[in-house]
Amino acid sequence: MGRFVKRLFTRDEVKDDTRPRPPSEAGAPSADADGRVTEAGEARGVLARLTERLARTRDGLVGKVEALFGRRPVLDEEFFEELEAILLQADVGVKATERLLRGLEAGAAEVRQGGGEKDLMKHLKEEVLDVLGPREPLAKAPSGTTVVMVVGVNGTGKTTTVGKLGHRFRAEGAKVILGASDTFRAAAIEQLEIWGERAGADVIRHEEGGDPGAVAYDACQAAKARRADYVILDTAGRLHTRMNLMEELKKVRRVVEREIPGAPHEVLLVLDATSGQNAIAQARTFKDAVDVTGIALTKLDGTAKGGVVLAIREELGIPVKLVGIGEGVEDLRDFDPVEFADALFARRVLN
Amino acid sequence: MGSTFENLTARLQETFRRLRSKGKLGERDVDEALREVRIALLEADVNFKVVRDFIAKVRERACGQEVTASLTPGQQVIKIVNSELTELMGGRESKIQFSPRPPTVIMLVGLQGSGKTTTAAKLANLLKRQGKHPILVAADTRRPAAIRQLQVLGEKVGVDVVATREGDDAVRVAQQAMARASSIGRDVVIIDTAGRLHIDDELMDELARMKAETSPSEMLLVVDAMTGQDAVNVAATFNERLGLTGIVLTKLDGDARGGAALSTRAVTGKPVKFVGVGEKVESLEPFYPDRMASRILGMGDVLSLIEKAEAAYDETKARKLAEKIRTNEFTLEDFADQLRQMRKIGPLDEILSMIPGMGRMRGVSDFKVDEGQLKRVEAIVCSMTPEERRNPAIIDGSRRKRIARGSGTRIQDVNSVLRQFDQVRDMLRQFGGAEKAAHRAMRKGAFPFVK
Repeated sequence: MGRFVKRLFTRDEVKDDTRPRPPSEAGAPSADADGRVTEAGEARGVLARLTERLARTRDGLVGKVEALFGRRPVLDEEFFEELEAILLQADVGVKATERLLRGLEAGAAEVRQGGGEKDLMKHLKEEVLDVLGPREPLAKAPSGTTVVMVVGVNGTGKTTTVGKLGHRFRAEGAKVILGASDTFRAAAIEQLEIWGERAGADVIRHEEGGDPGAVAYDACQAAKARRADYVILDTAGRLHTRMNLMEELKKVRRVVEREIPGAPHEVLLVLDATSGQNAIAQARTFKDAVDVTGIALTKLDGTAKGGVVLAIREELGIPVKLVGIGEGVEDLRDFDPVEFADALFARRVLN
Repeated sequence: MGSTFENLTARLQETFRRLRSKGKLGERDVDEALREVRIALLEADVNFKVVRDFIAKVRERACGQEVTASLTPGQQVIKIVNSELTELMGGRESKIQFSPRPPTVIMLVGLQGSGKTTTAAKLANLLKRQGKHPILVAADTRRPAAIRQLQVLGEKVGVDVVATREGDDAVRVAQQAMARASSIGRDVVIIDTAGRLHIDDELMDELARMKAETSPSEMLLVVDAMTGQDAVNVAATFNERLGLTGIVLTKLDGDARGGAALSTRAVTGKPVKFVGVGEKVESLEPFYPDRMASRILGMGDVLSLIEKAEAAYDETKARKLAEKIRTNEFTLEDFADQLRQMRKIGPLDEILSMIPGMGRMRGVSDFKVDEGQLKRVEAIVCSMTPEERRNPAIIDGSRRKRIARGSGTRIQDVNSVLRQFDQVRDMLRQFGGAEKAAHRAMRKGAFPFVK
C-alpha cells in the first residue's frame, strides 16, 4: 500500500503543492508576474505586505485555479471536480466547498454565454466574500477599560497572540494590562512576562497552578485602579471536549462580566491555520461556552490555507478578526475580508 | 457530493438498503458505498489525494468480491475499507530504536504548537519507567520561556535538563548535551527543538546540522491530531530534509478524527509510534492502527456489528440449513436454532440499531424489538415435542393449550409463533435450491419473528 500511495506523491508532486508555482506554469503571462514582483517589493503598504505574506496561500490556491483555467477551456464536470479538489485541499471542507461550487455552477451558465474564465473567477471571489461577510474590526468599550479574552485549544498561539496584541495597543499609545490566566502550562506565565516586557505592558500574575478566575479578578481590579485602556487575558489551552476546563473558562468570563460592566468586549478564539475540520467543533463549543466574538487565525504564513474559516463563518457566523502572518510582532493584522479575497485572487482580477 | 457528515449514517443506510441481497459486489454498488466513505475520510481531514488513491485501491479490491455469508454487501465494503485502512497505517511499532552505542539520541521536530516540549517530557517519563536513564535537551532557544517550560516538566518527571540561554545556538546546545550525557552516564538524549515552518529553509538547515552533529537514532515528527490537509506537505518536507523515523500524534484526547495519521503515514511511509492523549506526563500511549482506522472512518458501530456477526455465524449450520430448505425440511427446530444464534450476537434492539438499512426493511419499521418476546418464542418452541417441531401440522387445539401452559404464554402467542414460522418457511421456499440463496435466506431469516 505504501508504495502505491507514494507513487502518487512523488517528490515533484509534493513540491508542486508546497512551493509557489512559477508564473508561466500557473498560466499567467510572465511579464505581468514580473511586474507584480517589483511592485510588491517597493510598496510597503498594508495591502502590499499582506499580499506578499499571503503569496504562498495565493500561489497555492489561486495558482492552482489559474492553472486550471489555463489548461481547461471547457467548463465541464471535470473542471468542477478539479475545482472541488483545490478547495478541499485548502481545508474549506465538504460542506462549504459544495456551497461555493453550487454558486459557481450557476455562474458557469453565464460564462458559457460568451463571458470568460475571468468572469468565473470574479464569481468565485464574490462567493468567498459572500461567505466571509463584511469586515469586523475589534470591539472597543465606549469608555473605560476594554477587556479582550483570548481562548483556544492547546498550541494554537494564544500567548503569542496576547503578546502581539498588547504590543499593538501599546504602539497606539494605550495603557495595557496582560492577565496571565494560563496558570496551568509550565512556564506560560514567564512566556507572557517576556511579552509584557517587550510590549511595555503590565502583567498581572499569580503562581503556577493558581486560580485563573482570581487572576482575571486581579487584572480587572488593576485595570480600574490604573485606568488601563485594555486588559488582555491569556487563558490556558484546553481541548473543547474537556468539560471541566470549559466550565473553568466560563467562570473566568463571569468574573470579568461582574468586575467590568459590558466586558468582555471581545472573546477571541485563536485558531491554527493548519487545523482541519475539527476547528468547526472547537469554534462551536467555545462559542457555546464563552460566546466567542471573533477568530484570530494564526500561522497563515506556512503552506496551510486556513480554508476552514469559511466553514466556521458559514455555519456559526463567527467572523475572523485577526490573522497571524509571521513571527514578528507586527505580523498580527486586522482581518479584512475584501483585502483577503483581493490578495487571494489579486493576479487574476487585476489582469 | 451529496450533503454533510451529519446525515452520513442516514445515507449509508439508504445505500446499504440498496446493496442488500446481492451475491457479489458490483462496480456500481461499490462506487456508491465508497462515495460515502470518501466524504467520511475527507471530513476526518485525510488529505484529498490520499483519499483519492485509497478509494481507488479499495475499489479495485472490492469489485467482484464474493459477499461473505454473514455480512451484507454494504458491510462487506466497510470491512474491506477498514482492513485496508488498518493495513495502510502499519503494524504496531511503538518502539524506540535504541542505538547499539549509547547514548541513543531522539530528536523531536515539528511545527509550532504541535506539542514537542510536552512530548519530550512524556517520552522521558516513559523511558525512565522502562529503566533507561534519559536526559532532556532544551534546544528550543527561540520561543520565550520554552527552556523554562522544559525545566519545569523535567523536574516533574525527575529527569535532568540540559539548557543554556534563550537565543543561543541550538546546534551547540545539542553538542554540549551529548558531551554532558556521556560524562554523567545517561543512555538516552531527548532533544526538544524549536517549532518551525517546513518552508523555513534557514531553520530546517539548523535541524539538518543538529542531526549531523548528534546522529540521532530517532527523528520523530510531532503532529497535532487536528491538522488538516497541510499535514502531507509538512510531513513530506520534514521527511525529505531530515529523514524521519516515525511520527508522534498529539492531542488525540479531543474529538478530532485524526486523518493526519493516515496522511502522514501515506506520504512518508513512516509509522506513528506514539500518541499523546492528555496533559499529564503519563499520557503517552502506544499507537494502535486498528483503533485509529476505526476512528478515522467514524463507523465504529457498524464495525463492531460486523465483528459480532462474523463471530456468531456458523458456516456448517448454514450449509445444513441450505440443504433443509432445498428438501423442504425447514422445521421449528431450525427456527429455534436461528433464534439462539441471534441471541449469541447480542441484545436484539442493539443489533437492529447497528444494522444500516434495518429500519427500512419491509414491515420492520413498526416492530418494537423486545428481548422478552424473543425469549417467549424460544420457550414456546422448547415446549413442543420433537414430533411437533418436525411437523407443526399436527399441533391441534389441545396441543396448543399444552404448549402455552408449558411455556407460560397464552394460546394467542403460540398461534402467532406458528404463523410466523409458516411465513418464514414460505419465504425460504421461494429461494429455491441454490446454496447461495440459502445464505441470503439465512441473513433474511435471521429475523423471522420480526414483523
